Amino acid sequence: MTHIPHRLEVENISVAYGDNVILRDISFQVPHGAQIAVVGPNGAGKSTLFKALVGLLPLKNGRILIHGMPLGDHKDCVAYIPQREEVDWRFPVTVTDVVTMGRFNTRGWFARPNRDDHEAVARSLDEMGIANLAKVSISDLSGGQQQRVFLARAIAQEPHILLMDEPFTGVDATTQQVTLNLLDHLRQRQVTAIISTHDLNLAATRFETVMLINKRLVAFGPAKEVLSQENLQKAFGSSLLVMENGAMLVDECCPPDEDHHHP
Amino acid sequence: MNFMNVFITPLTYAFMQRGLLAGTMVGVLCAVMGTYVVLRGMAFLGDALAHAIMPGVAIAYLLGGNLLLGALVAAAVVALGIGYFSKQGAVREDTAIGILFAAALSLGVAMISSIRSYAVDLSHILFGNVLGVSPADLWITFGLGTVVLLTVVLLYRPFMVISFDPVLAATLRLPAELLRNVMLLLLALTVVISLQTVGVGLAAAMLITPAATAYLLTRRLAPMMFVSAAIGAISSLAGLYLSYYFNIVSGSAIVLTATAIFLAVFLIKRGRR
Ligand SMILES: Nc1ncnc2c1ncn2[C@@H]1O[C@H](COP(=O)(O)OP(=O)(O)OP(=O)(O)O)[C@@H](O)[C@H]1O
Ligand SMILES: [Mg+2]
Repeated sequence: MTHIPHRLEVENISVAYGDNVILRDISFQVPHGAQIAVVGPNGAGKSTLFKALVGLLPLKNGRILIHGMPLGDHKDCVAYIPQREEVDWRFPVTVTDVVTMGRFNTRGWFARPNRDDHEAVARSLDEMGIANLAKVSISDLSGGQQQRVFLARAIAQEPHILLMDEPFTGVDATTQQVTLNLLDHLRQRQVTAIISTHDLNLAATRFETVMLINKRLVAFGPAKEVLSQENLQKAFGSSLLVMENGAMLVDECCPPDEDHHHP
Repeated sequence: MNFMNVFITPLTYAFMQRGLLAGTMVGVLCAVMGTYVVLRGMAFLGDALAHAIMPGVAIAYLLGGNLLLGALVAAAVVALGIGYFSKQGAVREDTAIGILFAAALSLGVAMISSIRSYAVDLSHILFGNVLGVSPADLWITFGLGTVVLLTVVLLYRPFMVISFDPVLAATLRLPAELLRNVMLLLLALTVVISLQTVGVGLAAAMLITPAATAYLLTRRLAPMMFVSAAIGAISSLAGLYLSYYFNIVSGSAIVLTATAIFLAVFLIKRGRR
């Protein structure tokens, strides 16, 4: 029997901004087609983890393997949907321009997008229900529409691994539903998806596997085991509210101290 | 004097012809590179590069060499210097730029102040002397300008991606660091070329004002570049005629024209809201 490597293997990685180490000694493995929710308080390093996974931040130590090969040996198999606050919405591009960027790698950098590319772009716009916005400038979009533009771009990229940073924060019910439907589609296509969210309920109900982080990996595994009160207490500390009926909520109004006075 | 003569009379002078040609080329070039300067928030860097070129120009001037060549060498040194200081992470990039730029400017002025014709020479370097453009300068401008524009066209898509979405650039495995350096180099070249028409003091304005105006008028990158280029060219031409008839420094006339266009567009847009 031949050994099939995990789609994504993270071995002991530490990630820092300058000297400020954010993530320490994180290790986990993700099989093909798995869908994982990443939860943790503000400043836990969720976005940082995603950026490390696409190779945007250098690793202090450890390594990341995709299909058993180091990050960087693959051209276009990881797609990333950034947290919406991290995008410059005033940049002069239309919805089509943004989605077409997802296709840039398919035919080299100097080639103009061809018929295949245009079709792929049109298809993903359709799939996200934003074909009517194709020529609209991104600065004129609502939060939910912005989200769907980036989802469409990720689909156009035809990735093996899709990373979504807080796709459920600050969007309307329709966009949440569109995103969840997309996840179902991706599952059928064996696309691995890693999604960060602050919605513990959603993580518990829609994902089999959950990763709980706060600078370090607190827990990783089946949702039921990971989202125990003990683990959540460890990750969220005092901002975790336990209701009388046993439901747990995360108090989001007060981000942790580090956020207020980093250099 | 009839209307057409207003435009034609100045053209009977060879120096004026060269000035108009150089001015238009520089206007277009600055405006195109300025698009990235405005979108990426590199205004301070553009200004700093321009001032930092001073010592190179001064040395060339003192030695009686070609000013453009001196500027070119200085620009390369400064661009690399900024990269070096900020890459170490010891000082923030804008701090590194601020220190280098003030030092270079002072050094440049110090060197030029040792010459007797100090005032005139300094004003030419600071504010440009487009009417003193030699045929050789014109060719250098044309050559370098073509290189810059071709590179911008060729790297249109990569530049767009690293400017709009560095994370996508990383997932697509773009050599972002290299592309950023190429962009910095193109910016340095542009600033060097603009020395003759608007001088080190006003180069930043030519980078920023037409592009900022175009930003108000367009919604996509390529149109923004074209509109910016048109505004840059018109400002240079109109500015030179103004400078000819009213006997004002060419660089000031060009920049003031560009500013007037910006204000007009801004107010019209405001009024529509
Ligand atoms: N570019 C940066 N330079 C320096 N420090 C940063 C940078 N980006 C993030 N940090 C720091 O890294 C830590 C983790 O940030 P990160 O954005 O990864 O958290 P997060 O889990 O995504 O939080 P949120 O839920 O608010 O999105 C924070 O303390 C933050 O201050
Ligand atoms: Mg985040």
